[in-house]
Amino acid sequence: MSAQRPMPLSPHVSIYRWPITMVLSISHRVTGAALAVGLVMLTVWLVAMASGPEAFAVVDGVVRSWFGALVLFGYTAFLFLHMGNGIRHLAWDIGLGFEKDTARRTAMMVIGFAVGATLLTWLVLLLSARG
Amino acid sequence: MSLSTPIARVRGLGAAREGVEHFKWVRITAIGNVALALWFVWSMVSLSGADHAALTAWLGGTVNATLMVLLVVSTFAHAKMGCQVIIEDYVHHIGMKVASLTVLNLAVYAFATAAVVAILKVALSG
Repeated sequence: MSAQRPMPLSPHVSIYRWPITMVLSISHRVTGAALAVGLVMLTVWLVAMASGPEAFAVVDGVVRSWFGALVLFGYTAFLFLHMGNGIRHLAWDIGLGFEKDTARRTAMMVIGFAVGATLLTWLVLLLSARG
Repeated sequence: MSLSTPIARVRGLGAAREGVEHFKWVRITAIGNVALALWFVWSMVSLSGADHAALTAWLGGTVNATLMVLLVVSTFAHAKMGCQVIIEDYVHHIGMKVASLTVLNLAVYAFATAAVVAILKVALSG
């Protein structure tokens, strides 16, 4: 064992071009954790609704603010990304789509679905809000 | 010496101290969540301008209340199992791990129960 050539190092994230499959793998976990926090917000919304119009007005005011809309837009995107990638995971569970090119292609499809579904949802939302 | 067959050990407490229940239920709730989340997003979009009266009337419907309870139960169960895996992956100190998992379990049951009670209160008072 001569030490002429340095041993290959494991990829370090700061100098490593992230493969798209790796990006989706990490984002699946991040979006999942974020969506879990979102369930707490869903609970607050439901409890406020059950508590009456006064309590609901407080929560509704936050939901309808620009900050609330921004958070909800983010959650819509996170939900569709996690949903699309979850379906990709279900396909893997039955043994489909493990080939490198297929995994890369389905990763792009998941991102396309998440972007498309998020924009479609908010487009319909904004159009229906106008009347 | 155990006389149980390998399959009996897998069904009970295997090397991972559990059978396939966790894996199985993550998938079952995932499939349910796809349908329930799409229904919820669609409902919220169609209720975008709704006030408190309109929202409680919507949640007061038997089908909507049923789907909402299913959504809460299925998503909280899925989130609990997902967060459990994240904690098990990153929290290595046994005391911290047990404490985190305990807090997770208590929080999930508390919030899920509060959400279900809120839905039922609106649905049954309408």
